[in-house]
Parts: sequence; C-alpha cells; structure tokens
Amino acid sequence: MYNKGYVITGLVIFVLFVTFPVWFNGLDAGPLPKPEPPPGGEKQCVAPAAEMRDSHMQLLNEWRDDVLRNSNRVMITVDGKEYRKGLQIACMQCHSNKEKFCDTCHDYAAVSPTCWDCHIAPAELAKKEAQ
Amino acid sequence: MKYAFSFLAVIALILIAWLGSLIPGMQYFFGVAVPYLAVLVFLGGFIYRVVQWAKSPVPFPIQTTCGQGKSLDFITHNKLESPDTSGQVVGRMALEVLLFRSLFRNTKSELYDGPKITYESSKWLWLFALLFHYSFLVVIIRHMRMFLNPVPALIGYLDWADSMFEIGTPAMYMTTAGLLTGVLYLFGRRLFNRHVRYLSLANDYFPLVLIFSIAATGALMRHFLRDGIDIVAIKELAVGLVTFHPTISADIGSIFYIHLFLVCTLLVYFPFSKLMHLGGVFMSPTRNLKNNSRAVRYINPWNPDIKPHSYAAYEDEFREFMVEANIPVEKELEPPPEEAAEAAPEKKEE
Repeated sequence: MYNKGYVITGLVIFVLFVTFPVWFNGLDAGPLPKPEPPPGGEKQCVAPAAEMRDSHMQLLNEWRDDVLRNSNRVMITVDGKEYRKGLQIACMQCHSNKEKFCDTCHDYAAVSPTCWDCHIAPAELAKKEAQ
Repeated sequence: MKYAFSFLAVIALILIAWLGSLIPGMQYFFGVAVPYLAVLVFLGGFIYRVVQWAKSPVPFPIQTTCGQGKSLDFITHNKLESPDTSGQVVGRMALEVLLFRSLFRNTKSELYDGPKITYESSKWLWLFALLFHYSFLVVIIRHMRMFLNPVPALIGYLDWADSMFEIGTPAMYMTTAGLLTGVLYLFGRRLFNRHVRYLSLANDYFPLVLIFSIAATGALMRHFLRDGIDIVAIKELAVGLVTFHPTISADIGSIFYIHLFLVCTLLVYFPFSKLMHLGGVFMSPTRNLKNNSRAVRYINPWNPDIKPHSYAAYEDEFREFMVEANIPVEKELEPPPEEAAEAAPEKKEE
C-alpha cells in the first residue's frame, strides 16, 4: 500500500464519522420519555392516542388556521363531548402540565414547536400572576 | 431503457419493503437486521475499495494542471492550479472537495451550420451539484437527532435554521427541497442533454432514482403519510440500533420501512458504485500529486531496484574473463604467488 500514513489516517477519520452515534451515545440509550397522563384522570381525547401521537401537530395547525385566519370557532364534538379549538382551551384542560407532558417527547426528539412563541406557557403565567 | 430499468429496480425495492414490513415479525428484519448488514457492508466495502486504490501504483506523475507551474522567479506561479508543495495541494484539494472547482469549468459545446462548433461556459451543473451535495450533507447531519440522545445543541440550531420558513407543520426543511431539486436536475440533465444521455449508463441513473426515492419517501413521511409515524418510537429504534439494543415498541408505518430499506440499499450499493467518488476524490493522482516533477525526480514504484555498478567493480567481477579475451584492464590480474615469476614471462611471449 502506498502513502500508508495518509490513507490509514483518512480511513480512521471516515470510520469515526460514520460510527459517530455509537461512541457519542456510549452504548447508553438514555431514558425514554414518559409523558404524564392527564392529572384529572380523563380518558377521552379528540382522537385516538396513536393518531394523536402521529399527527397532533397537524391538527393543532388546522385549528390555528381555522380560528385565527378563518374565524371558524365551531366547537368539535367527539363522543358527545364538546371541545373548543385551541391548545390551551382544549388540550391543556386535561394535559395541564407542559413540562411533564409536551416537553418530555419534544426534548427527546429535539423538536422545538412554535406554540410558545404566542401562547404563554402555564408555568410562566403562574409566575406572572404571583407577582 | 437504461433509466426505465432504474425505475423498475427502485419500484421493486419499494414493494419488497412495503409488503415485507406488513408481514408480522418481519419488522425486525427490515428495522434491525437489514440496517446492521447495510452498515457493515458499507464500511467494509468502503475500506476495501480505498485500500485497493492505495495498493495501485502510480507509475508517472499525472497531475492535471491548469495554470503556470513553478518556474523562474519572475514568472508568476499559479499556486492553486499547479501546486508545488503539499500545502498548495491541500488548498487545491479543499477547493475541489468543498466547492467543486472542476465542475465550475464545465463547458457546453454546440454545433452550428458551417459546420462550426462553439464552446460556452455552463455553470448549471456546478450550481446544482453544490445544491445537491450540501443539501444531502445537511440532511444526513440533521438525521443525527434520531440517533443521538441527548441531542447536541448544534444539531438543534441546524434543524432550526433549515426549517426557518416554518412552512406547514412539521415545518418543511429547505434542504429537502434542495436535495429533490438537485437530484431532479442531475437526472434531467442525463435525459435531455444529448451528449450526457449518450454516455449515461444504468449505473448513472440508478443512484439518482434511488436518492430521489429516499428524499421523496422522507418528505412524504414527514408531511403527508403520518399514519404510524410516532417519532418517539422511531427514535427509540434508531438509538437502540446505535447502542446495540434495538427495540421496536410500536407499529411503525410502512413508509418508514420503505425509507429505511432504500437507505440501506444505498449504503450497500455505495462502495461498489460510482458513488465511491466520496473516497475517490481524495485518491485521484490527477489531483493529489504535486506538479514538481522538474524539481524532484518522480520514482515509479514498480521500478526494479538497480544498484549502481561502477567500472572498477565491473572489472573486479570480470577481470579473469577480460584478461583471457585480451581485453585491456586497468588493474592486472594478480598472479598466484608461486607461479608469478614463470607465468608472467610466458604470457608475454605469446
């Protein structure tokens, strides 16, 4: 083999790059997120859990567009229960704890939703009210 | 037909992954076994190819030069086009690898009545190649958020910058559009440019169709076919793979297995295809040699090892025969001590 020094150095760098996740994680998968079930014990949601897990973000976006852009505030009825369209007036009525519900999975998957650009997170609201 | 074959091959792959992932128990095959196998073949094949190249001797200095080589002091030396030192080679190589300098020189030739041929600079290939490669790089880096736990802040920033237009939810990535645009251009060029079409083979079309399908299934999975795309379950599998404890805890949608299977196909195909230009660009003697063959003798590595042989040594080796054949020698044969007195005069008489 010619230019052994260069070729082997290059290959070592390449293998380190490709296997980056292996040695970065150090064979430790870390804890899985455990979103807290509603503290109030509600079992029913606007859609089945699996569907909410997959596409809650799209539902929330549709609601936002309906309410804020089309002034369509028609309530949603699921199994006889009525929900208003909104993050805080619907979802967070049951899933009241942002840190223990929303943030667990979002942090795990490194997602930074833009909800809280406009909405005031409950913890911050509580702080403000206390002042 | 050559591109039709590529489409058929990719469609077959998609069908295999789609139907296969619906069979109970096969999720572990497509989600765990195939990815491990693919990465092993990728790494092993890549190293094998590079070592094979490194074993091939380069008999001549074959660097390509596009500028004035180092000469007399008053002649301006073009350091990047005709590098004379290792540092200049690194500079030239960096421009080639990071900015695709040789594609920047691409020309388009056209034949007119007369007949007359014209050459014109054509930068489109360079532009879309840059778009394609850098988009692909960013796509790969931001996929690390699925493999790393916790996710480094840098990848978060990259993700934010890539989706800063906030089109749709989940937000569309600019690099998804860039990758698809780039690959469509590179494919279209092979179809519509007569010269390139003439010399395109199935192994030129196939990787483009494959990469297009990977990007398309990825975009479909993120934006449209979200059934069964539970990111937490997918990340659990991905992190499990790189920590060697893979688990599939939920029913993940088929589109995910299709995406993954196509990526695995790309990884397996990579080392044995033209995609090896990733490693090959560093191994090209036309780029990585110095243009200093006038200053430093270039030694062909397969030259036989010929030792210098002086005339004195030659005469030492053959003196007896030379004397026998009456060839004059600089140093006479040493007579054996006893017969010295007799033998010498005899010879003279003859």
